[in-house]
Amino acid sequence: MIRIRIIRRAPLPNWARIAIPVIAIIVTLILAAIPILIAGGNLWKSYYYLFYGALGTRFNILETFVKSSPLIFTGLAVAFAFRAKFWNIGAEGQLLAGAIAATWIGISFPGVPAFILLPVVLTGGFIAGGAWAAVPALLKTKLKVDDVVTTLLLNYVMMHIMGALLFGPLQQPGSSWPRSPEIVAAAKYPILLARSRFHMGIPLAFIAVFILWFINKRTVLGYQTKAVGVNIRAADFGGINTTAVILKTALISGGLAGLAGVGEVCGIQYHLLMDLSPGYGYSGIVIAMLGNLHPVGVMFSAFFFSVIIVGAQTMSRITGVPVYISEVIQGMALIIMLIAILFTEYKIKVAKR
Amino acid sequence: MIRDIFQITFITGLIGATLRMATPIIFATLGEIITERAGVLNLGIEGIMLMGAMTGFIATITSGSLWFGILMAAGIGMILALLMAFLSVYLGLSQHVSGLGITLFSTGLAMFVYRLHFGSPTVPPTIKPFDPVAIPLLSKIPVIGPSFFNQYSLTYISWILIPLMALLLYKTNIGLKIRTVGENPFAADTVGVNVNLTRTLSLVAGGALMGVGGAFLTIVNGNMFLIDVVGGRGWVSIAMVIFGNWDPLKGALGALLFGFLDGLQLRLQGLGFNVPFHLFLLIPYLLTIIALIGVSRHATYPSALLKPYRREEKGG
Repeated sequence: MIRIRIIRRAPLPNWARIAIPVIAIIVTLILAAIPILIAGGNLWKSYYYLFYGALGTRFNILETFVKSSPLIFTGLAVAFAFRAKFWNIGAEGQLLAGAIAATWIGISFPGVPAFILLPVVLTGGFIAGGAWAAVPALLKTKLKVDDVVTTLLLNYVMMHIMGALLFGPLQQPGSSWPRSPEIVAAAKYPILLARSRFHMGIPLAFIAVFILWFINKRTVLGYQTKAVGVNIRAADFGGINTTAVILKTALISGGLAGLAGVGEVCGIQYHLLMDLSPGYGYSGIVIAMLGNLHPVGVMFSAFFFSVIIVGAQTMSRITGVPVYISEVIQGMALIIMLIAILFTEYKIKVAKR
Repeated sequence: MIRDIFQITFITGLIGATLRMATPIIFATLGEIITERAGVLNLGIEGIMLMGAMTGFIATITSGSLWFGILMAAGIGMILALLMAFLSVYLGLSQHVSGLGITLFSTGLAMFVYRLHFGSPTVPPTIKPFDPVAIPLLSKIPVIGPSFFNQYSLTYISWILIPLMALLLYKTNIGLKIRTVGENPFAADTVGVNVNLTRTLSLVAGGALMGVGGAFLTIVNGNMFLIDVVGGRGWVSIAMVIFGNWDPLKGALGALLFGFLDGLQLRLQGLGFNVPFHLFLLIPYLLTIIALIGVSRHATYPSALLKPYRREEKGG
């Protein structure tokens, strides 16, 4: 009989930590051939159009960057929370909270110049997302309510709050569609490159990557969140106010997710809509894990999934493989990455006896 | 409008709707209870329910048999639970992330397969769902009859499953094994219980129940598959497990509470209040959170929940 034992191993060198997600991505792309073949797609053609659709032309590349902006924000949001073992699975709801705040500000203050309105919109979206994440953080720290369940359920609460607003006070007058009026021009993100949708939210996302890297590496809060994540009781014993740390983590995490929502309203749609987010909050979980919870890792993995999401549309149009292949790939990637992480911490020994 | 609430027909309808809406939650809650009692949190529940909903629907439409649909939904739930067992039990990966991985993967797969099978028709295909089964004599009792005893067979089955699950967990040798594995796997191992196998079988049994809970939404109380057909009911079930303190009877009570809120919001919508219907839709989720706040301080989680069992790492 063969026995499989899992044994803890010494920490891997740094290059391995970069290699592991790359290997996970390659394995995912190989395994993605199964659903593509089942769907009757020609493999080479499918993969060709997947990458052509995302990177084949100037416009496609810029679209991939556009798509990566919300994914970087939600990825950072989830990564920052998971680092402290605050299970924020509510980035989707926090994104919507940010979007609602941005819309409300964006339609309420005509005549205010952009250099004032844009910072207000950003701050408002950040605070709204952060506040929505603070609710489960407070419930967790003060009343011991499980954060997984509350963050998840609050997604549905926020989704229906948005629905109620879009069929109520935020609905465009005279319209029967669940859609807000257009935000004023001063609240729109400037388009930075001609003949594209490449808006201010993209450099903002990269700045956020740097800020998060700085917080993690160079600030007391970064050290504290890590300590809380590794062992909350030890952190508490060591004199860290863990309640405050979790609350700050939630505010930053939710705020980042909120900024994803601001970007979708002010950079892309200019209206609030029911299907504003095709699950960016949930994709953030995959992105955070594939990025090893590291801001730079998040940036790369967000870009990879952006390629998949944008490319899947072209691939689907040309080969007929359902566009949901991108969701399947995201789920597969998370599971495979999880297995890959195991190899960084454990050795698998197969012994015959 | 307000007077309508106190009409007999409204009350009968509300009780009936409560029991109907509670059924998928009862199935999923019982499934999650047996899983967590063995020490595994299965966050794959939402995706497993969606796969159950999709699989049950397609199996029914291809075979023409509703019961075959239920069977296939249970089957897909078991397969996905096996995947969860591989990741979280045998590889010992984070139960949180494994479960979320299963949910994301299953959600994508459900939509992928549905689109593959049906293309994108302008009108979603429908099936002829189960008919309610009126129980002779009992269904003739005023108020109670039409609300309690004119339900779907699966609803009756869910009622039978509640005490059965309690019996299994508390009164049988298997139940004792499951609970020990969830409380103290090292002790269980010492007395010769196969910890990982027990956990796997609990996951698989739970997965079957979750799959059936999902199928209830597409082929019993409903006749089509929509992407948001499960709509967070898996997460609600996880909440109900905590609300019921891992007890089948109390968990089912929680499910009934959600069913009541869900039924109530449907009925209130029907009365034509002049507010957006989304305000009603959020009531069950909001009150589930509030119910959770009420019980969480006294919640007694299975001691070994979230902890993978590795014999070599005792006390680690």
